[in-house]
Amino acid sequence: MKKRLRRTMLYVPGNSPGMIRDAHIYGSDSVMFDLEDSVSPQEKDSARLLVYNALRSLDYGDTELVVRVNDLRSPQGIQDLEAMVRTGKVIIRLPKTECAADVEECEREILRIERESGLPEGSTHMMAAIESAKGVLNAKEIAFASERLIGIAIGAEDYVTDLKTNRSAGGIELLFGRSMVLLAARAAGIDAIDTVYSDINNEEGFREEVRLIKQLGFDGKSIINPRQIGPVHEIYTPSEKEIEKSLRIMEAIEEAHRKGSGVISLNGKMIDKPVVERARCLLERAQAAGALKEDESYGG
Amino acid sequence: MVDEKTLQNIPHLDMLDALHGPFVPEHAIKDSKTLAQREKLSNKVVGSFEEAVRLSGLRDGMTISFHHHFRSGDQIVNRVVDKLAEMGFRDLTLAASSLTDIHAPLIRHIQSGVIRRIETSGLRGALANAVSNGLMDIPVVFRSHGGRAYAIEQGELSIDVAFLGAPSCDPYGNANGYSRDRDTGVICGSMGYAKVDAQYAKKTVILTNNLVPYPNAPFGIPESDVDYIVLMDEIGDPDGIMKGATRFTQNPKELLIAQRAADVIYASGRFQNGFSMQMGSGGASLAVARYLREMMLKSGVKASFALGGITGSIVDMHEEGLIKKILDVQSFDLKAAQSLKNNRFHQQISASYYASPSNPGTAVNQLDVVVLSALEVDCNYDVNVLTGSDGIIRGAIGGHPDTAAGASVAIVVAPLIRGRIPTVVEKVGTVVTPGKTVDVIVTDQGIAVNPHRINLTRNLREAGIPLCSIEELKEKAERIVGKPKPIPYTDRVVGVVAYRDNTVIDVIRQVKP
Repeated sequence: MKKRLRRTMLYVPGNSPGMIRDAHIYGSDSVMFDLEDSVSPQEKDSARLLVYNALRSLDYGDTELVVRVNDLRSPQGIQDLEAMVRTGKVIIRLPKTECAADVEECEREILRIERESGLPEGSTHMMAAIESAKGVLNAKEIAFASERLIGIAIGAEDYVTDLKTNRSAGGIELLFGRSMVLLAARAAGIDAIDTVYSDINNEEGFREEVRLIKQLGFDGKSIINPRQIGPVHEIYTPSEKEIEKSLRIMEAIEEAHRKGSGVISLNGKMIDKPVVERARCLLERAQAAGALKEDESYGG
Repeated sequence: MVDEKTLQNIPHLDMLDALHGPFVPEHAIKDSKTLAQREKLSNKVVGSFEEAVRLSGLRDGMTISFHHHFRSGDQIVNRVVDKLAEMGFRDLTLAASSLTDIHAPLIRHIQSGVIRRIETSGLRGALANAVSNGLMDIPVVFRSHGGRAYAIEQGELSIDVAFLGAPSCDPYGNANGYSRDRDTGVICGSMGYAKVDAQYAKKTVILTNNLVPYPNAPFGIPESDVDYIVLMDEIGDPDGIMKGATRFTQNPKELLIAQRAADVIYASGRFQNGFSMQMGSGGASLAVARYLREMMLKSGVKASFALGGITGSIVDMHEEGLIKKILDVQSFDLKAAQSLKNNRFHQQISASYYASPSNPGTAVNQLDVVVLSALEVDCNYDVNVLTGSDGIIRGAIGGHPDTAAGASVAIVVAPLIRGRIPTVVEKVGTVVTPGKTVDVIVTDQGIAVNPHRINLTRNLREAGIPLCSIEELKEKAERIVGKPKPIPYTDRVVGVVAYRDNTVIDVIRQVKP
């Protein structure tokens, strides 16, 4: 199966009809309609209605759709879930997740709504956003809390406030939190999504951050403007040289298998299992990004 | 010296025209004045505007003309017509290269009978609204820039007096949109549209705030085309005439459209060394230059020339060596104007040189690619840039039909929907550019190629550019915003749209109040 890329998750305010209508045209891997922080309390109901109707009537092609619902402890949270789960089209992103119980509670509600509306049980997937010190420390149990989880994300703004600091250019204050979320996601076999970068006019700063989180191992990043899509996809798309090298590794493996040779080497260097695994991942990503044609198969 | 007898003995004297008897030594004039004295004593500067008008022989019912190089900073049209009204003129035809929303004061002069008829490339704002609501008895004639030049050259649009604002002029009438001598801060760059008026008007009056020493070289308008010069305190508002540099749009949708248009150019088969291009006005079409630049840097392809309304981004590409020459009929921003002043291969051209159908070598006919905007496009690929979805005039033809006809690939860029208004429709409100001359429609939600362009379609397909039909685009728009209701018009015609050959391509009717 082709791996679902989640390099870019575009935030779209749930109260902006124009942006909701055009959300998919920019080519982000996922679109995340926000009913939470970008919608003021008096607009919560209308935003929910707007997103619900957009999801029912507009054709978003094969873009992955996510909705960030309000905190389930707030009066709007459950109403958001009621509407969004019923569309049968979206992943529910849970905000401000602090412990496994938050995920479990959300899952119970989703299950109830699925049953009530006749949707297949378990068909609604979830994401959890970790935005506090407590959440980061509980990242592992959150990541393992539900089969429905496809990924966890770190939300930096609330998190750094909780840490009693602020965001710096280098992001040193986020290193521990990011690492925790990433490790938890990897341990649970789900995706890890990085936080937003708010200074949309600072493209160089943004690129630096994207390079950093890619190096850390994140699958992708939440973004707040379509202009941020290009740089992320560019940085996340393997270069021709990397693809070439990985293809050669895969060829060497096949060659070795054919010959029944136990020790595999390429250009005098030994190829061990992690090298092969990395090459396989890179080629998968290249193929998903369209940088490698389907017919340029790589055996495995 | 020659006497009468020698003269008579010249064989076939009757076939040698324009010889008027033997030379009379007394008739030879030797002027020993200095240049400074001459400039002061014998020049074309007249004491007042009124005097220039008297000398021009302007009478009721005649045609006066203006250029629109000062855009929304223009003070010439309003001030001249105010004065002419004061002087008691009536029934004038106002033939401007274009009019904008700052020309609303003309409404008063139309109501009072000073202005009887208007010719222009476009109308905007209150004046446009009033015209659409039946302000004028005689319909406004809308012409493209090329069509206007052609009509003037053919004598079909005969200008009696041209009133042309100029940011610099010497005492003999060498005028330009900038000055290499003295910069007063008022600069418009090219005077391409005014050049035709100056050349063909029976009388040309230059209105300037900047009288510079002879010779005002380089000049856009030569002294031979100028009769009178009036010195004024102000001719326009620099802020309205020129923006520092046309800002790159940051609107993600416009950027997306621009990127797609650049992809289309890349794959069109025309993107090769020595190609030529024009980018129309409007955020998306101007932004195409940015993506084109990246492609040119990457591929090493260079353009032979860029044409048209010129912006700073074209200048940057010229200065980087990506575009060899610039042909400039209108400078859109300060950077373009300054480049015209400073760059050797940035050439000022007239509207006729730019787009007149009278000249088979006209610049638009040398275009490989043009990128144009649109208010509406329909399933016949006909384009409207003149009337809005409410039927009211709100735009200008500009060089749209000229460049679409001339360029081998004419790309129209537009968002599929503006607000709740679809851009791709069954039938445009007003046909300005015929679909036969339009090749590709690039929207944020899909790209359609004119089905008659078989090679182009193949090139784009082979490059992997996803295409759809124009009907699919229309349906996509209708699915989101619904089908627009027909606009309620009366039967009365308030505007006539001329194609570039001066045939009538469409009419604009009065809207129902």
